[in-house]
Amino acid sequence: MYKYDSYDQAMVDTRVEEFRDQTRRRLEGKLSEEQFRPLRLMNGLYLQLHAYMLRVAIPYGTLNSAQMHALADIAEKYDRGYGHFTTRQNIQYNWIKLEEAPDLLADLAKVEMHAIQTSGNCIRNISSDHFAGVAADELIDPRPYAELLRQWSSFHPEFSFLPRKFKIAVIAAEKDRAAMKLHDIGIQIVERNGEIGAAFYVGGGMGRTPMIAPCIREFVPLDQLVTYAEACLRVYNRYGRRDTKYKARIKILVHELGAEEYTRQVEEEFTHLLEQGVEPPLAELERIKPYFADPAFETGLPTEIDRSDPDFALWVDTNTHPHKAPGYVSAVISLKPVGGIPGDASTEQMHLMAELSKEYSFDESRVTHTQNIVLPHVKIADLHALWTRLDAAGLGSPNLDTIEDIIACPGLDYCSLANARSIPIAQQISERFAKKGRTQELGELKLKISGCINACGHHHAGHIGILGVDKKGVENYQLLLGGSEAEDTALAKITGRGFDEEGIVNAVETVTDIYLDQREEGERFLDTYRRIGMEPFKEALYGE
Amino acid sequence: MANEVSETDFGTSPDDVQFRFRDDEVADHAQVTVDSFLEQTNAVAVRIEPGDDARDLLPFLDRLQLVEVNFPVFGDGRGYSSARVLREAGYTGELRAVGDIGIDQLAYLRRCGFDAFAPEAALDEEDAQAAFARWDNVYQHAADARRPIPELRHE
Repeated sequence: MYKYDSYDQAMVDTRVEEFRDQTRRRLEGKLSEEQFRPLRLMNGLYLQLHAYMLRVAIPYGTLNSAQMHALADIAEKYDRGYGHFTTRQNIQYNWIKLEEAPDLLADLAKVEMHAIQTSGNCIRNISSDHFAGVAADELIDPRPYAELLRQWSSFHPEFSFLPRKFKIAVIAAEKDRAAMKLHDIGIQIVERNGEIGAAFYVGGGMGRTPMIAPCIREFVPLDQLVTYAEACLRVYNRYGRRDTKYKARIKILVHELGAEEYTRQVEEEFTHLLEQGVEPPLAELERIKPYFADPAFETGLPTEIDRSDPDFALWVDTNTHPHKAPGYVSAVISLKPVGGIPGDASTEQMHLMAELSKEYSFDESRVTHTQNIVLPHVKIADLHALWTRLDAAGLGSPNLDTIEDIIACPGLDYCSLANARSIPIAQQISERFAKKGRTQELGELKLKISGCINACGHHHAGHIGILGVDKKGVENYQLLLGGSEAEDTALAKITGRGFDEEGIVNAVETVTDIYLDQREEGERFLDTYRRIGMEPFKEALYGE
Repeated sequence: MANEVSETDFGTSPDDVQFRFRDDEVADHAQVTVDSFLEQTNAVAVRIEPGDDARDLLPFLDRLQLVEVNFPVFGDGRGYSSARVLREAGYTGELRAVGDIGIDQLAYLRRCGFDAFAPEAALDEEDAQAAFARWDNVYQHAADARRPIPELRHE
């Protein structure tokens, strides 16, 4: 794992002092709320329906146990004993007092963490593959590149007042576990003629106008990576729309200019910037890499387990992922208990996950963009002991990538932008399917719920998506089918008119019935939908 | 309209400059718009608005003594790119940030090459000096001469 040196620590400590000073000026009335707003946002502090919400950055989703313990302590000390893991591998606290926020940030800085640029119109936390450095299908660990970009983007003087927020994801496998093409910039580390470089996908995003990012450069040499990103940003900062925030994301610019013209301008700027020497030395990348070196895996480990307990066997089948080292797997802790709030973890659960990561996973855990936690390096022989302890703490749900593994935004229960509640819909759906015992039968089914068109719950990318809207003062839910955030990225389509709260849960059941009825051998819900199209689902939903 | 600009009192005057990081005399020239500047062969001062393309000025850098970059609202960050573009092209004259500028933009503006500041509302002197001095180090290259951390690590 990356470790701060004295420079990194000083930057974070200085930021705490800066924010403390900003808060002081706000409380003294030297800053109006209008002036303070973008400053607090650039430090992850939102004013929500009931209180301030603070979003803490978890760079590329990687945590050590001291950090996870600290997140648990913060939940206890400053919140109500909970934290909420997000779709960009961060954590949010929903009940923060402004006066206490500087102290909270100081506590974070003690464990090499921060809330820098987790909101605001700037470059946000860099996300990555939650199986980085572990997955058998990966070219190379993408996190050193993400760390390089984290540093470059932190307090970037030119790009701190962009037209709109800017999200970057970095992956290094053909299989996309980070929704890379739905980011403002998606970077895939690739190999060409034995040389490592980066493919740039620019202009993807969800929100009210979902777009899949086109590839604008198939290969950027590693010693020009930051320079190319800088060129992409400069063209955006110059020409991105500022007349309406709904058209201000880079996806709109790329769409309106056309990918070809945008690329031409980026290349022109890139040529210019190459002469400016903005690239960090390659030695810096080499300095970062060893921090992500493999831990000391044992060899000669058993690879067989006792599957006589069916509950345990089910969990192993559903919640573990192949590891590159023999005798190990990655274990995924589901934060989606039936009827629970997707992505929430209590103080006690966070402490437990921290302990387990130390005991069983070389002191490391990861946050997934699907709001779960990964213990990346678990010995197969330890799985039963691990599962027993997880299960006792309500963390043993065997439902990864199933219809119970729902992504949901905070919705109208917390968010001031939302039109409808998301959490109760997620709870009702997971309860309905769990009760019927149909979850396993349905197999891989990614269901995602957003409480408004800003799409924080990724409904466009769900095999089944749900979008909450306001219909004359009443919550109404639209149903979407056929989206995917994986390497076969696709945007879901609306089935037709919306449903009320009970109706949407019934509608989800109706479309899964069609799937079960029509699926062919080995087909997932998404595959069946792609084969038979929207019509059979529509007919079942709306009749006639 | 009270805030309408006439051609005669366009731009800021030396009196409006609250912070300056240059030893030469404060440039005191009536500024013109980028469009006017491109038409006048004798103008030495220009004011860049957010929608202007600073690259249009590049052929004329040797006769420019003052470039003023206006920030009508601080959240519109196009002026940061304008400043860097000018410095990258070798402009060494005064680069003055004007308009809706607060304490918390100063450090970023300075790094992008601004060396004079004429905020619309005067800033608290102490808070401003603290802001200019806050960051001992920086993570990335910009228009100032500061060597970023990734380079310092490999000296």
